[in-house]
Amino acid sequence: MTGSAQALAAQATLSATGALKLSWLLLAFPLFGAAVLLLGGRRTDRWGHLLGVAMPVAAFVYGVIAFFTLLGESDRSRDLHLYSWIPVARFQVSVGLLTDQLSICFVLLITGVGSLIIIYSVGYLWHDADRRRFFGYMNLFVAAMLLLVLADNYLVLYVGWEGVGLASYLLIGFWQFKNSAAVAAKKAFVVNRVGDAGLSLAIMLMFAEFGTMSFTGVFRGVGSAGSGVTLALGLLLLLGACGKSAQVPLQSWLLDAMEGPTPVSALIHAATMVTAGVYLLVRSNPILALAPGARLAVAVVGTITLLVGGIIASAKDDIKKSLAGSTMSQIGYMTLGAGLGPAGYVFAIALLLSHGFYKAGLFLGAGSVMHGMNDEVNMRRYGGLSNVLPVTYVTFGLAYLAISGIPPFSGFFAKDPIIEADFGQHGAAGKVAGVCALIGAGITAFYMTRMMFMTWYGRRRWEEHAASGEPHETAEPLAGGSVQGAHGSAEEYHPHESPPVMTGPMVVLAIGSVGAGAFLIINHRLQKFLAPVVGAPPNTHGFFTAPGIAATALAVAGIALGWWIYGRVPVPATAPAGGPLTVAARKDLYGDALNESLLMRPGQWLTRLSVYFDNRDIDGLVNTIAAAVGGTSGRLRRMQTGFVRSYALSMLAGAAVLVALLLAVRL
Amino acid sequence: MNGFPWLTVAGAVPLAGAIVLAVIPGLPADAPPADRQARDALAKWLALAFSLATLVVVIIIAVKFQVHGPTFQFTETYSWIPQFGVHYALGVDGIALVLIAMSAVLMPAVVLASWHDADPAFPGGRPAGTLPARHSVKTYFALMLVLETMMIGVFAATDVFLFYVLFEAMLVPMYFMIGSYGTGRRQYAAVKFLLYSLLGGLLMLVAVIALYVYSSRSAITGHHGTFLFSVLVHVPLSPNVQKWLFLGFFIAFAIKAPLWPFHTWLPDAADAAQPGTAVLMLGLMDKVGTFGMLRYCFELFPAGAKYFTLLIIVLSLVSILYGAVVAIGQAGLKRLMGYISISHFGFIVLGIFVMTSQGVSGATLYMVNHGFVTAALFILVGCLIARRGSDRIADFGGVQKVAPLLAGFFLVSGLAALSLPGLSPFVSEFLVLVGTFTRYKVAAVFATAGMILAAIYILWMYQRTMNGPTRAEVAGFNDLRIRERLAVAPLLALILFVGVYPRPVLDIINPAVRATMIQVHVTDPVPAHPVTAQNGAAP
Repeated sequence: MTGSAQALAAQATLSATGALKLSWLLLAFPLFGAAVLLLGGRRTDRWGHLLGVAMPVAAFVYGVIAFFTLLGESDRSRDLHLYSWIPVARFQVSVGLLTDQLSICFVLLITGVGSLIIIYSVGYLWHDADRRRFFGYMNLFVAAMLLLVLADNYLVLYVGWEGVGLASYLLIGFWQFKNSAAVAAKKAFVVNRVGDAGLSLAIMLMFAEFGTMSFTGVFRGVGSAGSGVTLALGLLLLLGACGKSAQVPLQSWLLDAMEGPTPVSALIHAATMVTAGVYLLVRSNPILALAPGARLAVAVVGTITLLVGGIIASAKDDIKKSLAGSTMSQIGYMTLGAGLGPAGYVFAIALLLSHGFYKAGLFLGAGSVMHGMNDEVNMRRYGGLSNVLPVTYVTFGLAYLAISGIPPFSGFFAKDPIIEADFGQHGAAGKVAGVCALIGAGITAFYMTRMMFMTWYGRRRWEEHAASGEPHETAEPLAGGSVQGAHGSAEEYHPHESPPVMTGPMVVLAIGSVGAGAFLIINHRLQKFLAPVVGAPPNTHGFFTAPGIAATALAVAGIALGWWIYGRVPVPATAPAGGPLTVAARKDLYGDALNESLLMRPGQWLTRLSVYFDNRDIDGLVNTIAAAVGGTSGRLRRMQTGFVRSYALSMLAGAAVLVALLLAVRL
Repeated sequence: MNGFPWLTVAGAVPLAGAIVLAVIPGLPADAPPADRQARDALAKWLALAFSLATLVVVIIIAVKFQVHGPTFQFTETYSWIPQFGVHYALGVDGIALVLIAMSAVLMPAVVLASWHDADPAFPGGRPAGTLPARHSVKTYFALMLVLETMMIGVFAATDVFLFYVLFEAMLVPMYFMIGSYGTGRRQYAAVKFLLYSLLGGLLMLVAVIALYVYSSRSAITGHHGTFLFSVLVHVPLSPNVQKWLFLGFFIAFAIKAPLWPFHTWLPDAADAAQPGTAVLMLGLMDKVGTFGMLRYCFELFPAGAKYFTLLIIVLSLVSILYGAVVAIGQAGLKRLMGYISISHFGFIVLGIFVMTSQGVSGATLYMVNHGFVTAALFILVGCLIARRGSDRIADFGGVQKVAPLLAGFFLVSGLAALSLPGLSPFVSEFLVLVGTFTRYKVAAVFATAGMILAAIYILWMYQRTMNGPTRAEVAGFNDLRIRERLAVAPLLALILFVGVYPRPVLDIINPAVRATMIQVHVTDPVPAHPVTAQNGAAP
């Protein structure tokens, strides 16, 4: 393994030529869009959304050109040096863009899915007064995310890493006039900062050990470093990945992040940003290759998260929060894949790309439902919507089949190889992870079936609800077609299909949900393509091996269970009490309670104590001394008149005494 | 040696401005308010003009500065008190130059931001509680210009006695600016500030005189005592002497900087001072402390500095974390800003005392960035106070909805304070951290925790003031006026520019840092497994 990692790391990266020389355009387009929209002010209100759409689309067009240019090259890795950023003695960091197989996959995902979601947003936020600002933030996000995946060294990656965190903060808090949104945005940033601290320490360790932070340099140096260093690097990178990708124990922010507009949830908190942790781990594969302990930790974190996320998703009645739990779980699969080493990297990326399609499709579908339902997010007030929103229903249904792992849709092709690879590992850990992943597959099918039945089939609970006259909870004020001022008052739902600007992107994503997995996995397309970056899996199985069949069987069982509970009998309009696990899952498995008791409460006490101490003790001591020197504190106040006049004299007198002493003792 | 005295000119321009302001004749007490206002406006415009003229001179100096030239440039040396070997000696290395440039950039912004701070009545109806005690507008601006002269002088001085005189003299204008023009418990704060500073100054004076005595005993000076820095660095001092003299200088600088536990004067002073005054105090004057540690403590007493290094690193870590934790718990914006500065000064002192190229260059750049960020934050806090008549966080809420530009500027400044990559403080903070890590890994881990706390104190404060439902008292807020935009926007532009392209500034700083490290006889730790360059990306 060491040898192959070394060989990979030594792979020469050539300077960019031809079309790839222009890879800075990828950043320039969305950055320009963000700058114009955020600095231009209200002047750009009228046409702002057009620019906001055009820039990511332009980046996508360039991305496609770059992809085909890269396909035509025999040596598919190009580095574009832009400028020297921070030069201090041995610390030399340049801004450089690396276009290789791995980064181009992400470029296409970010700009492609990103463009679709941004087009959708034009319809979704048509009535929002601050729509221009939204498109500005989205462009900022696209630029930062592209910088993250294109950086050729860890420090520039870190710029993108925190940049997407900023965009996420701004977009979760887009409706910042709601306290809940403002709090969720802050929470996301702070929790992410914990992970960021881990990543920045990893970068410091790289510099201290290797004198460089560039990918090529670090990957070449890591072979000669000790096992302690590689383990530390691996764990610190994992900490960073946990924050960004909402993996246990830094998962708590993602569910709250659903306060953001639904397209934000689709793009940032499902398809792209939250997968950055997986990118980081896969990109750092030469480090993980030499740190088996860190790989095990990665796999453990992934396994725990895929179960935790699935359980949370199964209990939530809020459609967006259920999808958020699902995202955690799916990223758990990817993290698990990354923890398997070369056996899993390719499949982690395949799942990541497929997930980008179907999860974005699911979120946009949820947004379309909310758009038609006065921003209602409680699935217990949905039901029987399949006739009312036919296009949304079909696209959502295809994405559902994909995520549930039903052959031949995307999820099956992308997820099964990870489960198989688990069982292919030596030792008990792989088997345990494999069993958990199998259980997770059943849970996934269950919660998605639950969502399907609650939303699309059964009685039209929204009709009954409107008749009962209870107020409904709105998640998103002013969004979509909702009527301002209607919040909190009992009104009727008038569900309707969304305009073509919204359904169009959903259709495209549905096509991706159907075909992406098969396209990437069959004929080992992605595997051959990514081999220069992540190496080849040691042995590849066919499909429908024992674990594959078990996974499919469990998925079917999950669907059956979902039907048994939510399809066979009518869904109650208010949530039943539920068992202890359900109660715990509704409370995010006490993630927040844990954070609160372990971190927030002690932190608050520490703060209060410090403030008290600072106001009383230190100051009190100093004031006492001051008072003793100047007499009483009352006299101190009187002294200030004429103080400056006498100050020179007393200073000189004191100094003279001290100098005399100094010279007398003869140091 | 003595070419055109650019540095003297740079210092003389604001002094001339102060004199011009001082000689504007006052009006009789019964003069109509309109006349008084016109006279005050004249004083303000003159102050702005002189601060801009100073900026022009400093820009010329910066352009003429040769990056690859001698360490000290623009040197001027004139004998001042020959009996005691005192010289009027000026000169700048890269470190002093960037600090002078920062002072010159901040001053026009502060003048603009302080436009109405000394007014007897705010034209648009000033909120209660912000009325300063004494209303001589021209004196307020004259004091600012005098302070600028002293700041340029204290950074440019290459004679220890001249440095000491300016170091003490700059207390005087600041004392009056807090005590006479501040708010709240301004007299208590001013006296506390003065007492603390005098205590430090006194210790330093002892060390300065002792330094003179030792120089007069040394063969290097031919037994003629001197205060010239360029000579004193070569005067041999026993390690024991170095320790004591180091402490004399260091405590004075630690009070100024301010380092925990010498910091307690600062929150009171920041709270009582007008926002513009607070910028001058925290952003400019306190930099003399960290500048002094680097220039004087290290270069004059390297053995002493090394002896105390571990202790001071611990103190700086305590400053970083303690300042941040206490900042989180503050109820008032101005005190909160004060504690943020304590935390940030901890980073600067840490960077200096780890004595690596990255640490010291980072600390120097940190001084500059901290000046810009503190200025932007304090000026915007001033805008909030001018609108609400209070700096209590609980009195705000939902400002973003009514004043989006104000909120946007405040957010960018806040993000700079939490060192978001892409903005200049990130470059300096990361350099300090990485410079620390190469020598003291554990210290770097603790300091990195400050990064997380920064996110909490900034974003929680931002959330409570700017986000959420708009409070009734806030609903009538105007967005930023042209004057306020002009004060803040250039600072934010600089923060962004240096964050994206810090190289021009680092190119000026690095040679001076290298010279300092050679003088102190330290070299950077070598990477355990160095990787040599293969690609153009990074060696």
